[in-house]
Amino acid sequence: MAPPAILGKPTVTKSELINLLAEKYSHLAFKDVESAVKGMIDHMTLALSSGERIEIRGFGSFSLHYRPPRIGRNPKTGGAVELSSKFVPHFKPGKELRDKVNQSREKVKLTISD
Amino acid sequence: MALTKADMVEKLFTELGLNKKDAKDLVDQFFEEVKTALAEGQSVKLSGFGNFDLRDKNQRPGRNPKTGEEIPITERRVVTFKPGQKLKVKVEAYVEPPSAS
Repeated sequence: MAPPAILGKPTVTKSELINLLAEKYSHLAFKDVESAVKGMIDHMTLALSSGERIEIRGFGSFSLHYRPPRIGRNPKTGGAVELSSKFVPHFKPGKELRDKVNQSREKVKLTISD
Repeated sequence: MALTKADMVEKLFTELGLNKKDAKDLVDQFFEEVKTALAEGQSVKLSGFGNFDLRDKNQRPGRNPKTGEEIPITERRVVTFKPGQKLKVKVEAYVEPPSAS
């Protein structure tokens, strides 16, 4: 089998992930694979926007971090702007992902020093 | 309560009518693909949700929080997540319920 076309690219996009899945599960309609990936992303967005955490074993967890209210500045006028408190999404990589990613750096270093 | 892969499988089953086996394969494999790409040194962009990027960190001084002993934190590559505009706006609108337990 030919190597996946995304190998060696600096970034991978959602549509490339959908293509990979559709190739792997060729008995499924492309449209279903596409809807499934979009559905998962919708589920995750919905969970976080209702204050719910996401826990994917081996991958990592998403949660919300609180940002207290602060006085900001309008960069154009320099005037003070009151910014209310808010929540921001936060991702904590799981152990397996952390280890795999760190090992990939070591692999690159070994290749270079050869 | 937290959203898990099992919850996503259930939702794909009810929302899309995918059978449980297919839904489970797709959910498992989706996260495997993202993980593999990152382990291959590729960043992953999920438009609307966010980007997973890689950063190479230099060695820096650290200490054992228990003993206070100084030990260097070795150089390493880490994953960072940068939420997309759409996700940020939706999450900003979240207000913690007054008596959340």
